[in-house]
Amino acid sequence: MFLQIWFLPFALLATATLIAIPLSGYMAWIMDGKYKPLPVLRWFEKRLNFGEQNWKQYTVSLLIFNALLFVYGFVVLSLQPWMPLNPRKLGMLAPTTIFNTVISFMTNTDLQHYSGDVSFSNFSQTFFCITMLFISAAVGLSALTAIIRALRSDKSVGNYFLDMWRVLVYMFVPAAFLYGLLFLQQGSPMTYKSDVQVATLEPGAMGTTPTGQPQLQTIVVGPVAAFESMKMLGTNGGGFFGMNSAHPYENPTAFSNFFDTLAMMMFPFALVLMYGRMLKKTRHAWVIFSVMMVLMLGTIVWSVHFDTQKPNPGLTAHPAKTYQVLDASAAGGKRAVNVPAVAALPVDQHLGNLEGKELRFGTSAGATFAAVTVDQTCGAVNAEHDSLNPIAALSPMVGMWLNCIYGGKGVGMINMLLFLIIGIFIAGQMVGRTPEYLGKKIDARVVKLAIIALLVHPLMILMPTGLFAGTSWGLKAESNPGAHGFSQILYQFSSASANNGSAFDGLGVDYGLNNNPSPAPTARQFDIAAGLVMLFSRYLPIIAPIAMAAFLGIKKTSPFGAGTLRDDTFTFGFLLIGTIVIIGALLFLPAAALGPVAEHFGPIPFGG
Amino acid sequence: MESPSELKLDKIGTKPVPAEEQTRPPRRTKLRTMWTPGLGKEALKDSFRMLGPDIQWKNPVMFTVEVGAFLTFLYVIRDALTTAPQLVPISYFIALDAWLFLTVLFANFATALAEARGKAQAESLRRTRAETIAYRLREGGGELEKAPSTALQAGDRVVVEAGMVIPSDGEVIAGIAAVDESAITGESAPVIRESGGDRSGVTGGTRVISDRIEVRITTKPGESFLDRMIALVEGAIRQRTPNEIALTLVLSAFTLIFLIVVVPLWPMAWNAEQYMASYLGLPGVLKSLGTDVPTLIALVVCLIPTTIGALLAAIGIAGMDRALQANIIAKSGKAVETAGDIDVVLLDKTGTITMGNRQATGFVPIGAYSEAELAHLAALASVADETPEGKSIVNAARMEVEAPRDTAFVPFSAQTRMSGIDLPGGRAIRKGAPDAIIKFAMRQGGHIPEGLEAAVDSVASKGATPLVVADGADIAGVIVLEDVLKPAMPQRFERIRKMGLRTVMITGDNPLTAATIAKRAGVDDFLAQATPADKLEYIRKQQAEGKMVAMMGDGTNDAPALAQADVALAMNAGTQAAKEAANMVDLDSDPTKLIEVVEIGKQLLMTRGALTTFSIANDVAKYFAIIPAMFAGTLPWLNAMNVMRLHSPASAILSAVIFNALIIPFLIPVALKGVRYEPLGADALLRKNLLVWGLGGVIVPFIGIKLIDVVMVGLHLVH
Repeated sequence: MFLQIWFLPFALLATATLIAIPLSGYMAWIMDGKYKPLPVLRWFEKRLNFGEQNWKQYTVSLLIFNALLFVYGFVVLSLQPWMPLNPRKLGMLAPTTIFNTVISFMTNTDLQHYSGDVSFSNFSQTFFCITMLFISAAVGLSALTAIIRALRSDKSVGNYFLDMWRVLVYMFVPAAFLYGLLFLQQGSPMTYKSDVQVATLEPGAMGTTPTGQPQLQTIVVGPVAAFESMKMLGTNGGGFFGMNSAHPYENPTAFSNFFDTLAMMMFPFALVLMYGRMLKKTRHAWVIFSVMMVLMLGTIVWSVHFDTQKPNPGLTAHPAKTYQVLDASAAGGKRAVNVPAVAALPVDQHLGNLEGKELRFGTSAGATFAAVTVDQTCGAVNAEHDSLNPIAALSPMVGMWLNCIYGGKGVGMINMLLFLIIGIFIAGQMVGRTPEYLGKKIDARVVKLAIIALLVHPLMILMPTGLFAGTSWGLKAESNPGAHGFSQILYQFSSASANNGSAFDGLGVDYGLNNNPSPAPTARQFDIAAGLVMLFSRYLPIIAPIAMAAFLGIKKTSPFGAGTLRDDTFTFGFLLIGTIVIIGALLFLPAAALGPVAEHFGPIPFGG
Repeated sequence: MESPSELKLDKIGTKPVPAEEQTRPPRRTKLRTMWTPGLGKEALKDSFRMLGPDIQWKNPVMFTVEVGAFLTFLYVIRDALTTAPQLVPISYFIALDAWLFLTVLFANFATALAEARGKAQAESLRRTRAETIAYRLREGGGELEKAPSTALQAGDRVVVEAGMVIPSDGEVIAGIAAVDESAITGESAPVIRESGGDRSGVTGGTRVISDRIEVRITTKPGESFLDRMIALVEGAIRQRTPNEIALTLVLSAFTLIFLIVVVPLWPMAWNAEQYMASYLGLPGVLKSLGTDVPTLIALVVCLIPTTIGALLAAIGIAGMDRALQANIIAKSGKAVETAGDIDVVLLDKTGTITMGNRQATGFVPIGAYSEAELAHLAALASVADETPEGKSIVNAARMEVEAPRDTAFVPFSAQTRMSGIDLPGGRAIRKGAPDAIIKFAMRQGGHIPEGLEAAVDSVASKGATPLVVADGADIAGVIVLEDVLKPAMPQRFERIRKMGLRTVMITGDNPLTAATIAKRAGVDDFLAQATPADKLEYIRKQQAEGKMVAMMGDGTNDAPALAQADVALAMNAGTQAAKEAANMVDLDSDPTKLIEVVEIGKQLLMTRGALTTFSIANDVAKYFAIIPAMFAGTLPWLNAMNVMRLHSPASAILSAVIFNALIIPFLIPVALKGVRYEPLGADALLRKNLLVWGLGGVIVPFIGIKLIDVVMVGLHLVH
């Protein structure tokens, strides 16, 4: 039992760490340009590399490139009805959904307010989705590289386009090719055929034609293996099918599930070590790695424990209860809230919560995947997060709120850098020196930029959550009222702001195709709000840290002495973890209390 | 340089100074106790005055609290006027508002108290200055005239006799006197001030207790050291250091972040209210404290870093104050703060590492010269040498030496590195650094005698300083000058090393001598045969490597290096040029003060870091008190989060607010005294402070809030 639950998460963590060590060396070697390109590639590289850039030029290049990406994505999706590879004659998505989807894929979020198999042709899947899966993941990695170069006071931060090229050609393409083969072998389809018509085993399961013949089932297929490999490796998370990694074509076997989960972890793990290698601060990087590992263990153990080892409190029998609550209008200022008794339901809960899971992967696979997909900002799911036990669902939320537990491509490490700078600035002073990182003094300008970047995230989660929770926009969209419905809204914006993309399903956010006669009533509001959140939460926390690193980089490096704060010790790790946990708790504890915590403690119909 | 023997002291001033007009400076009381009654009253008055939004505005964190308190006040009025039933009794809102105002007052009191201490010091200094009368020498004549000290111009010459107060800053140009500098330094032992050398500087406001001196005033009226000191003590209140500015920014940002957290809590709470109402079948929503504005304000105030926001200014002022108590006048708070970052300390060997001065302990003749002949020549060369070394040579020679008439004295200079006399008839006798004297002798057509090098080396290898004596072109021999190490120096350097600093000894000695002494004293590095240019160069090189350099100096030739160093401490007894170039002045003229300066700087930064960490760590407990209380009406099962088992929603919120306010006066002593610095090494120090202030900061409020709750329930203040 113990092994059955815990083997998967621990095997994953160990394997990802082992892979990260050599992979980080390879990545540092590529990003430092120490490799010799093949003649053909060299020709391209020469044309791409039009010169070294300073941080401003680099940032502007990044922004212009992404703006063009937005235009490209918008055009491709809008033209779906007139493009080839569309035998099902799918129409256009609603404009707000296109807006949301383009931002979503370009920001590496992959929040999907649509179902891929229902609304996308293979043309859109290939030229919009797969293209974006590769490119958006490379953006964050390039930004991190620029930050590293700035921090080590290089005379330039590199060339944005050359960095993108290196990431794509030397890392993502080969890795995705190998992974694609793996998925192909495991049974994922790889075809440009749109769908297959099959007779169902049970005749008439899909209904009957007017002539009385049993209806055939339409099963959508497409270039799934290619899609799937980069979806996971690039920590994108947007599924080919609406069911994402729970779908048997996206995640055919328990074996593929292992490698699916591993794919999310490989690059983010390696990036932390790459940071150390490029800065020549290996021990420091291992301290950061360990801090992230502790936090990751925390989220995994939390979600697995509360989801597979604990029953759902709502389904557990309890007697009738009466709560006395304050009510100004009631006599005596108190009012009794009576909650009826719940009898033991005939549900065997000794394996924890089994609803909404792909049991073919094992009982702990869903909860493990849930923690990994948020820690690594992927957003793919192989279980319904909506169905997790209430308190277990806190784990994926915490992962998104902290957004620095390895994190997505580059941005996770960037977010960690922000916590690190703030932590050093506040607590690092306690060694009796002006706070410094890598020997560079942290002054007002640096700390200002770090705070701006850090502030965006809570702002973009809490404000829209408040807006939707306090108005009919949110109330109409919730599939459950009360604390669970609140969690759905909170999760939606946490996922958008963390550029995660996973969803707490049940929220009415899908408009569907533009000609859909009965879309979700507030889908438009969610499309636009989540779209804007993703946009701001992606680019501000990339631009501000690049500037911050640049300002740090131009400072003189003070030599290391006995009075200097050491960044490679246990104590430093403690400082870092304390900073993250305390700041994280202070930002999101009230929201957590109203959502998962209230649901956990509350009796049915308030919780469970 | 004039020799004191040539001065005709009797001719200065024909009339004696009338005894009744002599003024006594008031003794400065050292403000070591914090609770001088007058001080507290003054501070209390100021803390109300500082409630004015124009002043409060400068502290964004406390300004937020003030605005919140005012808003709450409006709600109290509204609730007092309405007859509609209330969720909680109005006494809750009144108590809440009172404690919010108290929070601001406590913060103002902390700042006002620190300011008042500085002001009291400035005031006592100002009294010193006002009452002084000077006896000025008229131009050309020997006549004395009375003048108020404030009317003295730079260049005026005044006479100060035993019992009189020195009217302004200046240099002793004639005479020698014992001076009581306790008004400035608080040190009761008198110090000797004399013309020539590096002990010629005198400070306005100090009192001559023996003999009489003639002083040339060196500062303009209103710019004397005392004036500047007053300005600095008062100015410390306003100036913000770079680190303080950055921290204020972070605190403001945290205030903003917590507003971002609390503002959306209103609609979130509304969401829960409407669900509970619909469950109970009530119309509209079931109002809870979650949408109650004063309660939300209380939550904001509890979360924003009020503790450090309240004490930040006090910490800065107290840092300057601590420097003052150590008898160091820092020209800016920045200098004190920078001191904490110092990597390299440059210390003069003489007076710092070794006992004051080197003493001549022997003569090593060379060639045909006898020891007596050498001693005679050495004494001749030193007869006009006012330096202690020169005097010790005359003493060591044990003979009466008289310089013939028409003798020209050649003073020592840092460039020539030798001194001596030119006798009538062109005979030039010199003593000085071996290489300088050899150069001198060669220029006169001499040669290097056999055995000189061996003699010099043997003297130097013993850690002594060889001075070579030349009579024209002939080199007569070597004077042995020996250094006596100050007691406990190696232990002191060990402490400096543990603080993470490198010590560098500066000396005019040759490298061999320097190395021996450096090894004996335990310094990390030395700079031998250092000219002013060498020192400057050395500091620049260190700074180019990113190091922060501190230097202590007293002489005019130290001025360029002092100006270049990041932290420059000049001795008060030193020359005016040195004091100008430095950013701190040590009134005790104690060369090991640098260690204290560095410790004060470190303490300042540590205190800020510790209280900020504490302030933010405190918030965790406050959440556990306030959140269950806020949602007691709509999500009563959240009482599971009420781990402190607080009595009621109202008592929980009030306890958190009261704790948040009370912690400020509790921590005022820490802010004023500073967190103790120990040279444990950065990692151990951080570990210790993280445990005390970080972990302690998480735990303490849980206990404190519970205690306040228990007391309030016990006194039946809440129900």
